[in-house]
Amino acid sequence: MSTDHHHNPGFIAKYVFSVDHKVIGIQYAVTALLFLFFGFCLMMMMRFQLAYPGEEIPVIGGLLAGALDPDTGGFLHNLAASLVSSDGFLLPEGYNVLGAMHGTIMVFLGVVPLAVGGFGNYVMPLQIGAPDMAFPKLNMASYWVFLAGGIVMLVSFFLPQGAAQSGWTSYPPLSVISPGQTMWLIGMVLLITSSLLGSVNFIVTIIHLRAEGLSFFRLPFFVWAQFVTAFLLLLAFPPLEAAGVLQLMDRVAGTSFFMPTGLVVANEVLNVAGEGNPLLWQHLFWFLAHPEVYVLILPALGIVAEVIANNTRKPLWGYRSMVYSTIFLGFMSFIVWAHHMFMTGMGETMSIFFQTTTMIISVPSVIILTALVISLWGSSIRFTVPMLFALSFLPMFAIGGLTGLPLGLAAADIHLHDTYYVIGHFHYVVAPGTLMALFAGIYYWYPKATGRKMNTMLGHMHFWGSFIFLNAVFMPMFFQGMAGVSRRLYDQTLYYHGDAVQSLTRMSSWGAWCLGIAQIPFIINFFASLWMGKKANDNPWEATTLEWSTPTPPPHGNFTTVPVVVCGPYEYSPPDKPDGFTPQMTANA
Amino acid sequence: MSVAEIKYIDKPHPITGLTNGKLGIWLFLASEVMLFGALFSSLILLRVGSSDWPHGKNILDVPLATLNTIILITSSVTMVMAWASLKMDRFDKFKLYMGATIALSCAFLVIKFFEYSPKFSHYEAFLKPAAVSKYEDHLTGKASISGHIEKQTDDEIVFKPDTPKGDHGADHGAEHDGHAEHAEITIDRADIHRLTSFGPWHSNFLGIYFTMTGLHGLHIIGGIVVNAWLLFPGSVMFRKERERFEGRVECAGLYWHFVDLVWIFLFPTLYLL
Repeated sequence: MSTDHHHNPGFIAKYVFSVDHKVIGIQYAVTALLFLFFGFCLMMMMRFQLAYPGEEIPVIGGLLAGALDPDTGGFLHNLAASLVSSDGFLLPEGYNVLGAMHGTIMVFLGVVPLAVGGFGNYVMPLQIGAPDMAFPKLNMASYWVFLAGGIVMLVSFFLPQGAAQSGWTSYPPLSVISPGQTMWLIGMVLLITSSLLGSVNFIVTIIHLRAEGLSFFRLPFFVWAQFVTAFLLLLAFPPLEAAGVLQLMDRVAGTSFFMPTGLVVANEVLNVAGEGNPLLWQHLFWFLAHPEVYVLILPALGIVAEVIANNTRKPLWGYRSMVYSTIFLGFMSFIVWAHHMFMTGMGETMSIFFQTTTMIISVPSVIILTALVISLWGSSIRFTVPMLFALSFLPMFAIGGLTGLPLGLAAADIHLHDTYYVIGHFHYVVAPGTLMALFAGIYYWYPKATGRKMNTMLGHMHFWGSFIFLNAVFMPMFFQGMAGVSRRLYDQTLYYHGDAVQSLTRMSSWGAWCLGIAQIPFIINFFASLWMGKKANDNPWEATTLEWSTPTPPPHGNFTTVPVVVCGPYEYSPPDKPDGFTPQMTANA
Repeated sequence: MSVAEIKYIDKPHPITGLTNGKLGIWLFLASEVMLFGALFSSLILLRVGSSDWPHGKNILDVPLATLNTIILITSSVTMVMAWASLKMDRFDKFKLYMGATIALSCAFLVIKFFEYSPKFSHYEAFLKPAAVSKYEDHLTGKASISGHIEKQTDDEIVFKPDTPKGDHGADHGAEHDGHAEHAEITIDRADIHRLTSFGPWHSNFLGIYFTMTGLHGLHIIGGIVVNAWLLFPGSVMFRKERERFEGRVECAGLYWHFVDLVWIFLFPTLYLL
């Protein structure tokens, strides 16, 4: 491979079809941020329908209704017809489309690609002292297959049948008979393939390409998090691929794996063989989708651990217990999936088993979080922008985690299942939790990737806006849910109990739009800092881990000398130099 | 050693004893186990939830599948021989055995084609409960008649039924000649609840049969592509980077044995049980 590294590649080979993990990481991150923004826009439209049911969506509603004019024709017409009425308000089917695609895009095209594809790709090889990933070409293929999956998802909006509308969970039989689902399934198969290629690459890289002296227990916690995440992706995604193939067969080849006998659609019995099992889909889906939750969280915990250790200027408290907890979490995440299915009538024995494992899996999560909180004890914290995001992650992720416990108990779940409480719970984990951690990561590693620091003032504006409005969006949902409002309602004011808490819905919606505004400083900061940011030296945060011992930005091949690691990852304020730190890599190696 | 060099591409890692490629292929196979594991689990769940799960041997062609099993196992042997020939520095033998592996894999697919295609011209008419007694002599299932359609109009179907169950159970799917006693019958369309060929839409059994063997077939095609690449354009590496080439052939072999192994599970599960 060494021949690849010495000639000077052209622009396309260097920045578009690159095999360099740093370029691929940035490609992943930027694509994922764009998808996150897109998914957020879908949600802002939904929030308008929820807050002001049946009113014209401002600006967008009018634009889309304009495209309904038959003269426009073509793709734009398809898009408008699947979403809005001629008065410019959101159709019920359109609401379902936005809901399904918001979930799909945020999880599979936004958070995971940013956390794993972006940060994992960019940071992990640097942190282990590797010149690149073990399989650079596979890495490139992983990104392009991911992008193809994303494009398939986007294109589905412009087709006559519209995008998928059965939720990100795609429960059959509804998903099998509703339009738009085929493209969703094809997109998912591509995304799964991409993450498979990525996960094999991550595991081999971490096992084989660690620098000399970098034993497993000298790995930064972020690498451990990516390592366990890669195993989850490797082993949990294939069952969803199998499920996707089965559902595709149901839709395309007329099989009935998920179609029960005698299913009546539009007053006619479906002409299929029947005897299928809709629950089979749920089992296969959640066998992926529960480990997927940890795929969303673990990299975030990894980022937070790095940022906290760096800004408390202390070693992490309980590094080993955190590592063991992460591994245990990884194992356990494979045997808790059916706690999403307490209400399906799968039986008491099953429920008891899965509620027990669910209670057990909360233990390692609490250990990790506790270790991070104790790490703050007695330190003089540097309140840098990444640290603010990391600190806000701790309580908000804790709210997300703790509100999950009642859902994990079968009896309490009867009341809360499928209500806004569930939405509040998992959004607290993923949005105020994971997303805040990912922002921390962006502010933290931006100087390494670009050579310039992001603006602190704009960073503070972004942080406080996000912190306040995220809570404004999601906190009311717990109360709505406990009041009994179901999650997929198009217009909750039609119900007495829903109408009673409509003011909370409006609060959520206004919170969401303000949250959108709060992202403007970030967007400005992200682009403007490329040119106007303060120049960063090789180690602007005075950090210990290997990525800060390379030039900024790191050259092709990453290191100028062969890295040799002499100590653990967080040797901050060691006894021999109380105000300093010991880098993992010795300068004279 | 250059700083930018990725290690363990051709030499094994001192602790794991594996090259990057070999560790990668093992991980890939682990995920494949999960993929087919999920499908086998689905098969079990569908089967235990079914009121009338057929015996594979009554619908599928066991002799052809047996032949295919032998072919695939042989191809695994030739695959090992190809790799061993490289190790013994016999590049000519490598070409021979690798060619044999590819030829056998293609033969597998051709036989699979002859197994699949009659299913699509072989029909089963599920009768309405009230009409079952009318066709009692010709029933092949609980309330159904399978056979070949000779002629069809808007009102009725001229049907050449199969031998009823029990007489020549394994004969299904094959062309019936010399069965004069099973003359054509005419079935009223109004008596038919559902008319379907033996494609994947026929029943969950055939659905999962086509899905699993189809997915396995795609894996065979993938193997053929990789092996053909190693035999022709990829083999120039033998002269330049010998160790790395041997590693690639070994990885392709591991994959090929896995594909073989999946069939070893598919064959009894679908055809014999």
